[in-house]
Amino acid sequence: MYEGVVQNLIDELGRLPGVGPKSAQRIAFHLLAADPADVLRLSQALIEVKEKVRFCKTCGNVAEEELCRICRDPRRDENVICVVEESKDVVAIEKTREFRGKYHVLGGAISPIEGVGPEDLRIRELMQRLADGAVTELILATDPNLEGEATATYLARLVKPMGLTVTRLASGLPVGGDLEYADEVTLGRAFEGRRLLDV
Amino acid sequence: MVPYGRMSVVSLYRDEGIVLRTQKLGEADRIVTILTRRTGRVRAAAKGVRKTKSRFGARLEPFTHVDVQLYERRSLDLITQAETIRPYGEPLVSDYPRYTAGTAMLETTEKLTEEKEPALRQFLLLVGGLRTLVDGSHEPRLVLDAFLLRSLSVAGWAPALDECARCGSRGGLRGFAIASGGAVCGTCRPPGSASPAPQTLELMLALLRGEWTVADESETRHRVECSGLVAAYLQWHLEHGIRSLKHVERV
Ligand SMILES: [Zn+2]
Ligand SMILES: [Zn+2]
Repeated sequence: MYEGVVQNLIDELGRLPGVGPKSAQRIAFHLLAADPADVLRLSQALIEVKEKVRFCKTCGNVAEEELCRICRDPRRDENVICVVEESKDVVAIEKTREFRGKYHVLGGAISPIEGVGPEDLRIRELMQRLADGAVTELILATDPNLEGEATATYLARLVKPMGLTVTRLASGLPVGGDLEYADEVTLGRAFEGRRLLDV
Repeated sequence: MVPYGRMSVVSLYRDEGIVLRTQKLGEADRIVTILTRRTGRVRAAAKGVRKTKSRFGARLEPFTHVDVQLYERRSLDLITQAETIRPYGEPLVSDYPRYTAGTAMLETTEKLTEEKEPALRQFLLLVGGLRTLVDGSHEPRLVLDAFLLRSLSVAGWAPALDECARCGSRGGLRGFAIASGGAVCGTCRPPGSASPAPQTLELMLALLRGEWTVADESETRHRVECSGLVAAYLQWHLEHGIRSLKHVERV
């Protein structure tokens, strides 16, 4: 254990995802030794991100205004919505340059064992977006693992009465992984080769 | 390479099991909880498993019956190899009610077993339950309730269903009292206990004994009542409850 403020910093860093006690200690001592200007920039970036960034009212993606950059862009196709689990999946798909439609960020996947049911995700908001009938294709790009597949099954069944085309990314994506780790080429191919999902 | 010393013989082990749960660990790893045939419930780390190019692929996803090799360590054991015996998850994810019923089976199994304490009967029960769930021969909620009743029985908490839990009388079973241990006669019935239909108690008994012809012919209202009693009975015995039960859908 270290003296008050240093231990405080280690504790706070240790609460971040993927940072264990040893890494927290290493980062803390790196910051202690770093140039004060660098640390100030980091702390300002942290404060700014909480002050300025919020979630898009329409799609749930991170946004600096009421709507995110993609929802504001008039060149994006309004008729196709790609459903993903997290904002970082939007980033991964944007890198492929394969997709010109809009997104819907669920905020996770259905995971009954962790107590996450459909009502805990932004599914009601998705249904509202589909209500006016303008959307013709819904692409389900949840993670290619069990929870992602189950979430896709749930959504496909839910929207079935609306009669729109529901597709799932091609299973060329190796199953078991997180979408964000797919390389651009594989993800791009998965988009091109998406298949009709019929439940 | 692990040297062929005495230490390495002790620390490497092989077993088969059903993956119960996975949790994210660090950047690309997962903690995988497996109920194994010989070792009991094991929590182990799987490195790089969230990368889409992982050599483990879907082999360490929940519901997979897997043959694993593990490296025993002081904190979390490490999975070094995994081969699929049968991927129960694949057929389940395309059928949401079956998937949610299966999830409740996994969670119940996790709660009823202890880390590294062999639980062969619970393991065999789970394999049988998943097989029945996947083959689609019975309504998923019935399969789940049969599994829950038998799991309670394996744990030593089988509810009394054809005799009074208090006096052993076989006739006049009027109520179901969780704290008393199941069905109760009119005389022993504590105030506030449930009053299920006689057909509901028959259904519960059929599910416990595996009499599927009786169970398959039951009416929906008795199935609903049965699920309610089984869930309440299970939650009472497991202090922390089964979170996934409320997400199970009835077909
Ligand atoms: Zn947006
Ligand atoms: Zn009695």
